[in-house]
Amino acid sequence: MLRVEGLSVHYGGIHALKSVSIHVPEEKVVTLVGANGAGKSTLLRAVSGLVPVSGGKIRYAGRDILGIPSHRIAREGIAMSPEGRRVFVNLSVYENLLMGAYCRDDRKEIDRDIEWIFETFPRLLERRDQPAATLSGGEQQMLALGRALMSRPRLLLLDEPSLGLAPLLIREVFRVITKIHQEGTTILLIEQNAMAALHVADYGYVLETGEIVLEGTGKDLLCDERVKKAYLGET
Amino acid sequence: MELTFFLQQMINGVALGSLYGLIAIGYTMVYGIIRLINFAHGDVMMMGCYFAYFGILMFSMPWWVSFAVAMVLTAVLGITMDKGAYLPVRNAPRISALITAIGVSFLLENVGLVVFGGRPKGFATPAMFSEVYEVAGLMVPALVVWTPLLTLVILSGVLFIIHRTKTGRAMRCISLDMETTRLMGVDVNRIISVTFAVGSAAAAAGGIMWAMRYPEINPLMGIIPGFKAFVAAVLGGIGNITGAMLGGLLLGVAEILLVALMPELAGYRDAVAFGLLILILLFRPTGLMGTKLPD
Ligand SMILES: Nc1ncnc2c1ncn2[C@@H]1O[C@H](COP(=O)(O)OP(=O)(O)O)[C@@H](O)[C@H]1O
Ligand SMILES: [Mg+2]
Repeated sequence: MLRVEGLSVHYGGIHALKSVSIHVPEEKVVTLVGANGAGKSTLLRAVSGLVPVSGGKIRYAGRDILGIPSHRIAREGIAMSPEGRRVFVNLSVYENLLMGAYCRDDRKEIDRDIEWIFETFPRLLERRDQPAATLSGGEQQMLALGRALMSRPRLLLLDEPSLGLAPLLIREVFRVITKIHQEGTTILLIEQNAMAALHVADYGYVLETGEIVLEGTGKDLLCDERVKKAYLGET
Repeated sequence: MELTFFLQQMINGVALGSLYGLIAIGYTMVYGIIRLINFAHGDVMMMGCYFAYFGILMFSMPWWVSFAVAMVLTAVLGITMDKGAYLPVRNAPRISALITAIGVSFLLENVGLVVFGGRPKGFATPAMFSEVYEVAGLMVPALVVWTPLLTLVILSGVLFIIHRTKTGRAMRCISLDMETTRLMGVDVNRIISVTFAVGSAAAAAGGIMWAMRYPEINPLMGIIPGFKAFVAAVLGGIGNITGAMLGGLLLGVAEILLVALMPELAGYRDAVAFGLLILILLFRPTGLMGTKLPD
């Protein structure tokens, strides 16, 4: 579904991604783990067309999407829940969800999907008409996730959906990710919470200062000594 | 002070103020969405006046057709300005866009001087707008009634677009977070152009009203109303449309009252606007209705 080949990104003098290659097969969950500043967000942002790329290829659904403007990439079926949630704070919860469905015209189906989101996240229903700014961090994360789902994406990019959440909410987020996956959405997941991410993932990559240093199935990586040491907090 | 005298002044003040507010809508919309003070806004208004002028005089259109055509042409001018001048500097530092805006302003003024000539032209005010009614001892020029009415209609229309349509929702999102709005599949540049179009059309309507109030038009006529509208927008909290309208009314009433109560200071009426601007920037830079903007 998504194939990134030899991708390089520079921010001025900083070489944030150094010839990174990853593959996200259809209907799988692939995760990207790595420390802060490793370049995880940069990779997702490059796929979404938000940062200029200095080399490499990005192929999605058999087409080259490098250089295509962000809004057109979104229309091709790639949705992202960005780092830091980035909900539209002045808009109501309901309006935020409508924004997620911006590219769709099927009013009835949109209403049905919004209902689905409200069933999945009952907290959001309670706050349907409140500005997103009044939501707690966890609720905003749910909203960001719901908003990304409203486009009915074929490929969902999630940038640290559990960041800053209480353990109970983290479990909730991962429950939803599993559910979405089971319904057939392909997911590329970024996490600092490597343990949880590798548990839900079919395949994982470890990114260190802009380079893939390790890859394998979720299970394999969970058992890998280096991963255990560096990311799972075990000695 | 006599009541009728006071009422008379208030009516005039509201009429003038709603005119400032009408022109300020475009200022504040553009600022709200891309944080650009479009210094050329007053000149866009001036172009609108000329479009209407030529519509009536050269193409002998009925006035209302000419006014409608002028609004459409001015909207197209607004889009052209955005695509031609502001889009190329969209990702540059904000100061570049500001300097570009000043450049566009000079360009429009000087193109106006070359094409239309510097000599003021008499604006043919339709009879319907030049009547004066006498109501309960008050002299009420038709314009004093029509200007606030038209302003109200346009203001409602703009508020409707912003709060009740998909395009308007996208505008509000862009003003909060342009990048994330792109991720929703919004063609941000298109929405910004629509904003310029709406703001420019409103400016044309304001300009035409202005031209009927002071029925001589010239290529530099946009400078003062443009500045007053800017003050109105800042006064109300720049980026806030209802605020711009309130700011306009306040400024209009303040000016008229100054002239009425202290005729010896009448020459300072433009200074009132400058003074208000300085005061608001000193003591309440977010304006009356403004909230802190995400930078
Ligand atoms: N907009 C930017 N400008 C300059 N440097 C940036 C920018 N965004 C990220 N970086 C740098 O690029 C590197 C990778 O950042 P990022 O992709 O955000 O990492 P991660 O998401 O893995 O924490 C870091 O060194 C970071 O400081
Ligand atoms: Mg990151």
